[in-house]
Amino acid sequence: MTASSLQSRTAASEDLARPNSAIRVSGITHRYGDRVALNNVSFDVPTAEIFGLLGPNGSGKTSLFRILSTLMLPTSGTATILDADVVNASNAVRRNIGVVFQAQSVDIKLSASENLHHQGHLYGLRGRALDARVTEMLERVGLADRANERVETFSGGMQRRVELAKGLLHRPSVLLLDEPTTGLDPGARRDVWNYLNILRHSEAVTILVTTHLMEEAEKCDRLVILNEGNLVALGTPTELKSEIGGDVIVLESLDPAALAAGISNRFGLKALVVGDKVRLEIKNGHRFVTDVVEAFSGAVTSVSVSKPSLEDVFIARTGHRFWTEPQPAKSEKGKH
Amino acid sequence: MANIALPRPASQMLPNNQPVSIWLPAASLWWREMVRFYRQRSRVVGVILSPLVFWLLLGGGFARSFRTGTAGAEQNYLEYFFPGALVMIVLFTSIFTMMSVIEDRKEGFLLSVMVAPIHRSAIVLGKVLGGTTLSAIQGLIFLALAPAIGIRIGIDQFALVVLIVFLTAFALTALGFAIAWKLDSASAFHAIVNLFLIPLWLLSGALFPVSGASGWIRVLMRINPLTYGVESLRAVLFPQMVSNEDFALSTSIGILATFSAVVFAIAYVVANRRSTKPAA
Repeated sequence: MTASSLQSRTAASEDLARPNSAIRVSGITHRYGDRVALNNVSFDVPTAEIFGLLGPNGSGKTSLFRILSTLMLPTSGTATILDADVVNASNAVRRNIGVVFQAQSVDIKLSASENLHHQGHLYGLRGRALDARVTEMLERVGLADRANERVETFSGGMQRRVELAKGLLHRPSVLLLDEPTTGLDPGARRDVWNYLNILRHSEAVTILVTTHLMEEAEKCDRLVILNEGNLVALGTPTELKSEIGGDVIVLESLDPAALAAGISNRFGLKALVVGDKVRLEIKNGHRFVTDVVEAFSGAVTSVSVSKPSLEDVFIARTGHRFWTEPQPAKSEKGKH
Repeated sequence: MANIALPRPASQMLPNNQPVSIWLPAASLWWREMVRFYRQRSRVVGVILSPLVFWLLLGGGFARSFRTGTAGAEQNYLEYFFPGALVMIVLFTSIFTMMSVIEDRKEGFLLSVMVAPIHRSAIVLGKVLGGTTLSAIQGLIFLALAPAIGIRIGIDQFALVVLIVFLTAFALTALGFAIAWKLDSASAFHAIVNLFLIPLWLLSGALFPVSGASGWIRVLMRINPLTYGVESLRAVLFPQMVSNEDFALSTSIGILATFSAVVFAIAYVVANRRSTKPAA
């Protein structure tokens, strides 16, 4: 397959089976002064995949998003979108990507229709073709009846939908979304995900989405987990979870350190203290629970047994909980 | 691009692989400035009323002063001051309209413009022409009051004034753009702009003529591009008064035009720079 046919959407939608990468990230490192935001991150995203960037605040996912959307140059490393380099061929990249930012980017003083017309002009669309496309997009996001009302009168969910319509107006082959469901209620969140799935299936759009929500990451075909700028996991949600043996047991105790040490001694297991809880992984967890509770009857105040989640993957790879980052110190600069 | 209903490849939606022409995005950005202006009523009121208020105070304040009394060629100070006042209105409005660059950045709007496949000059042109239009309108409202102090101009003079006001407004708006692009707060913008604004105006010949200033001030006035705006306006409005051949009309307009082009180029370079820092 030649470079030029990779650029074409037709090739992608007619031949989904052919392996090609819509997005290639290789050895991206980024620093803000002394702080390393991304450390040698590499991954490929095949065409028509929904790919997740999962990580807590400060993990580097917003930095990576800025680099992929051509808004920031990486300190080192390369990234390409449909074989166009985000640094050297930014115009080719911009032509092919639709970007939905986490922060609002619609002009609230303009109506929904005016916002989309303006967006179309920025992509060289005009006239009747643009009118038709704007109408089509507003229908798709369920705002056709509010087309001529100013966006400032819309609810948060409706504003997000205008945002989405804006990013998709020029039929991008690759869609980049930064925390697209922030501030949406569960119903609206489901709608967004259904729509992303439709886009991927019917139009072979490649979708890269950043999120800090485990349940959203579960919906991706594949994902990477970022922690403090490092790529700590890469795979399908099922693959990643199956790497954890059996079940996850979480014990609460007044003295978690002592309990963890006791369990390690007695059962020869690796018991981690995570926050104020003790956490371990074991097959047939429900049987093990009775043993533990009998052995340390006074020390255990609560027990839970569960199938591994992506959060467990995160803990297994990093040794700490998703949300116990020292956030104020590490929070990304300029992030809202 | 006739039938839009079917899913089609991106390459068909977007005409070719070149950057989008600069005119359509620039026109769209200009149009947005106009719509936003019109929808914020307080701004409309400000733009129309401030020249009127300024005019009233000026006219009232000068009513009994500086009148030389002798008819004919003698110029009174109000007439002397008129071109400077016009330039002042254009100066303030032009630079401060570019606060919208900071607003756009804060509101996130600028991000979506910056990821579009357009030449950066289209962004500069659209924003700057938007600000230029608003400030030129304000200047021309002030000009419309010229007959009240006995300034009568013909259609060709009027056309020249419009040209001069446009060039001055364009250059100053582009200057405001270049300053605003790198700043992230309105207060920082105020601080920087005030540093430029007052000296630029004081030394433009608006208050006192170049010929009467002391040596080093005269040098500063000569390198101040705004001087050529004021002097060219004076030459058009009061042709009989201008004896100073240093400020021939065509030379002044030429210098203004060159200045506009240079500041626009600077604004473009500033906006076109990409770095390893977050763009917004």
